[in-house]
Amino acid sequence: MNQAYIPIAYLIASVCFILTLQGLSSPKHARAGNALGSVGMLIAVVGTLLLKDIESFRFIVPGLIIGSLIGAAMSIWIPMTKMPERIALSHSFGGLAAALVGVVEYIHLGGAYLVDHRFIMGALALEVFLGFLTFTGSIMAFGKLQGLITGAPVTWKGQNGTNITMFLGALVLLVFVVLDPTRYLLFYLMGVLGLTVGILAVLPIGGADMPVVISLLNSYAGLASASTGFALGNPVLIIAGALDGTSGFLLSMKMSQAMNRSFANVLFGAFGTGDSAGADAGGAAAGGAAYNLATVDDAAGVLDAAQSLIVVPGYGMAVSQAQHATRELAQVLEGKGASVKYAVHPVAGRMPGHMNVLLAEANVPYDQIFDLDDINDEFARTDAVLVVGANDVVNPAAKDNPGSPIYGMPVFNVEQARAVIVLKRSVNTGFAGIENELFVRPNTMMVLGDAKKTLREFTTALKG
Amino acid sequence: MSVSSKPSDNLLRMRRCCLAFAAGIVVLAGFLGYQVISKVPPLLHTPLMSGTNAISGISLVGSLVAAGAHYGLLSNVLGFVAVVAATINTVGGFLITDRMLRMFRRRPTDKP
Repeated sequence: MNQAYIPIAYLIASVCFILTLQGLSSPKHARAGNALGSVGMLIAVVGTLLLKDIESFRFIVPGLIIGSLIGAAMSIWIPMTKMPERIALSHSFGGLAAALVGVVEYIHLGGAYLVDHRFIMGALALEVFLGFLTFTGSIMAFGKLQGLITGAPVTWKGQNGTNITMFLGALVLLVFVVLDPTRYLLFYLMGVLGLTVGILAVLPIGGADMPVVISLLNSYAGLASASTGFALGNPVLIIAGALDGTSGFLLSMKMSQAMNRSFANVLFGAFGTGDSAGADAGGAAAGGAAYNLATVDDAAGVLDAAQSLIVVPGYGMAVSQAQHATRELAQVLEGKGASVKYAVHPVAGRMPGHMNVLLAEANVPYDQIFDLDDINDEFARTDAVLVVGANDVVNPAAKDNPGSPIYGMPVFNVEQARAVIVLKRSVNTGFAGIENELFVRPNTMMVLGDAKKTLREFTTALKG
Repeated sequence: MSVSSKPSDNLLRMRRCCLAFAAGIVVLAGFLGYQVISKVPPLLHTPLMSGTNAISGISLVGSLVAAGAHYGLLSNVLGFVAVVAATINTVGGFLITDRMLRMFRRRPTDKP
């Protein structure tokens, strides 16, 4: 059978994928782009199934069916608040698939063949190492997000040294395997090291740093795919992997910038556990006594009088699933003639864009949602700010306390508004474990309790 | 073992594509990706991530060969696991991205 059409199928798929990403530059064309991407994928898969290498479908058909069922079920039933968990899981699947394909190719080609094809060997080794690392690293990220593993950084003495040594050790093994592809034991040892490094590298990273970690794992999954493409000599894999890798890398850069921290600091900093963090924060707020706790009616009165309101959502909104209650309250206030805007910080939540998806789910029109730079000057002219489960992104210590661990991070100027209402579960510190000076400012009112319940009470009070 | 018992002619031809050619593809794709992705607004960062996830499920292509080629039972079983994992990503990824994108609206649709 003539198979000359297969590279063409892959070329069409590649073009579709690029157009998918192009479509995401605006919400208007994003859906069409996504649909085009799925068509591209279908073309690539059908083209591959027609390859003459494929002799039997007894593993392929059940695999496709099981995978489609699980994938479809997950995408239909997973709540939007659980999107970071879902993304972390899918990175782990992507890593696993790439690593397994690498192992299969290594077994199939054999060391003797690969001695003459060191380039393929290198690509295979990289694919297996990155794939396994992404697999366990993403499982760990999932565990942390889901609360199966503590979200706080897990640290011990000499941890960074051990992790770096293991990482470098794996790279040394990789070089050895490329130099002598018949060293099967070293190859598998490298795979095991990849699995171990994935677990150990994510353990010391705190929940608030998850946006960077997820983006970085996204990048690794892409690189693993691209390496698969190198090993198989398959351009569509190289292109798709490179796009995925670039996207993850760009996002993790943006997330790091939004926290004013370097990659190294995120990966090795074990944020929020250092001694300096506790000591420096102590002076800012000396316990719950200083908080200006307010009743629902007091806060509702402030909202009622406000002509302009900015809502600042954070991870707490996702935890409490308060996005709909937020929108309902905003609608009541808009009905009373107030203008309502939403300010979304790049690292609010547990993954890039997490808050935007939740607000979209609650039917908030996206032209009411603003980025940090676009809205930060407006707080000074705003009557009331409603902070729904956000903490670090509204901490003024980032601007005026050089001793704070988050000093230098771009934050919202919420304290410049005439009144700030903070909805918080308790007076405990946020995920980063840092006291927040905002909570003791004279123009701040704290309303403790479940955010969704409190918001509903506001709405009832304002309607009555 | 002779080379002919190795990957089929078709795959082998692709394999022979030299390092420079493959590197050229990755550099160009990375550059293009950078250009296109830096235009994606923060609003759509989550769909971007789930979308690229779906796209990188293209490793399904490699998984299919691993599961279906005449490689031996162990390889086929590992390939089967890879097919399941990659299919979850592609099918799930495109569906959930669509579910998210459907929600992004410009004007309120349910104003009281």
